[in-house]
Amino acid sequence: MNTRGLRSQLKDSVPVTGMGQHIGAYGVQDTLRSGFSSVKNELLPSHALELSEKNFQLNQDKMNFSTLRNIQGLHAPLKLQMEYRAARQIQRLPFLQSSHLALDTLKGNDESISFEDILNDPAQSEMVGEPHIMVEYKLGLM
Amino acid sequence: MATLSVCQPQLGGFSFENCKRNAVLEAEVTKLGCNIPAARKTGTTICGVVFKDGLVLGADTRATEGMIVADKNCSKIHYISPNIYCCGAGTAADTEMTTQIISSNLELHSLSTSRLPRVATANRMLKQMLFRYQGHIGAALVLGGVDCNGPHLYSIYPHGSTDKLPYVTMGSGSLAAMAVFEDRYKQDMEEEDAKRLVRDAIAAGIFNDLGSGSNIDLCVITKGRVDYLRPHDMANKKGVRTGNYKYKQGTTGVLTKSVIKLDLEVVEETVQTMDTS
Repeated sequence: MNTRGLRSQLKDSVPVTGMGQHIGAYGVQDTLRSGFSSVKNELLPSHALELSEKNFQLNQDKMNFSTLRNIQGLHAPLKLQMEYRAARQIQRLPFLQSSHLALDTLKGNDESISFEDILNDPAQSEMVGEPHIMVEYKLGLM
Repeated sequence: MATLSVCQPQLGGFSFENCKRNAVLEAEVTKLGCNIPAARKTGTTICGVVFKDGLVLGADTRATEGMIVADKNCSKIHYISPNIYCCGAGTAADTEMTTQIISSNLELHSLSTSRLPRVATANRMLKQMLFRYQGHIGAALVLGGVDCNGPHLYSIYPHGSTDKLPYVTMGSGSLAAMAVFEDRYKQDMEEEDAKRLVRDAIAAGIFNDLGSGSNIDLCVITKGRVDYLRPHDMANKKGVRTGNYKYKQGTTGVLTKSVIKLDLEVVEETVQTMDTS
């Protein structure tokens, strides 16, 4: 799992994009949740863990694949990524809940429980994404 | 135009939405001179000791919320697996949720390997999770169990470092308990000696530390047997009132007595059958 040190994590980690503002109702920025809009709010995370948690899964995958490449050669991560890509295509439209069963089985997430499964379950979220925009974004038409 | 957070589906896990708002609120409140409510901690004495055939875990039972005792008899020894138990100090919610998550993961793991789980596995899972959250999850744990390699005792700190030792103490009363251990610990003790040693160490924490109090819970784990003694020792029993302020019958003399009968007439009578199937 997380066996490599912090320094090597930084080398292979995912680059940081800006912290998006929370858009509340009526398309206006949600001042109650995210505070007044300022450059500092856009660039800096609101909590020390926000960045590392947002990219945690991606960072883990990057680390694992680079370790695998160093040990077994380029073919190992390529084959695995091909399988992940195939399994990732088996899902419903983006605004509906898909179970990701094949992807979870490949990654081994079907045999572990963490805070992603307990807190903020997306199936129970109170807000539904805007269907048209989400599908357009997924298809790359935006 | 809608931003990225709307286009992509929501992920589970911790949500940092309200952190900025909380920081602003905290700044405002401290300017006015009030305090934000404190999380419930277990400011505790927990300890463990390895003896000849197994190990003994001990804990006090007080949970505090700032300066107030929130729970006089809370249970700090959590179940991880049939042969592994874990004492938790620090923020009460963090220790409970962490031990429950690790217990579930260990159960799934043991079903997948069809073997009794090892203490080192639980230790590794806990330390990786706590390191991932960089100490923001305030859970200081004493993990102990007996597996195929014998009895093992680990102490796990909130930032993710662990120590494997024959006797450990954690919590606000850890220094008092460690003083007792350093004085009287011997290798390969008998079970009764080990129980008495842990009981005395927790009692030292209870009587010398404000954050610990009430009763002493013990958990004795040996190969094939777990004794969860709750409470093992009620060190702080609530006092019994010695005086009685009730007046005896006949203390006051009766001058007059009048009985008024209330005539009630039945107006309506309905029967409702209850479905007791």
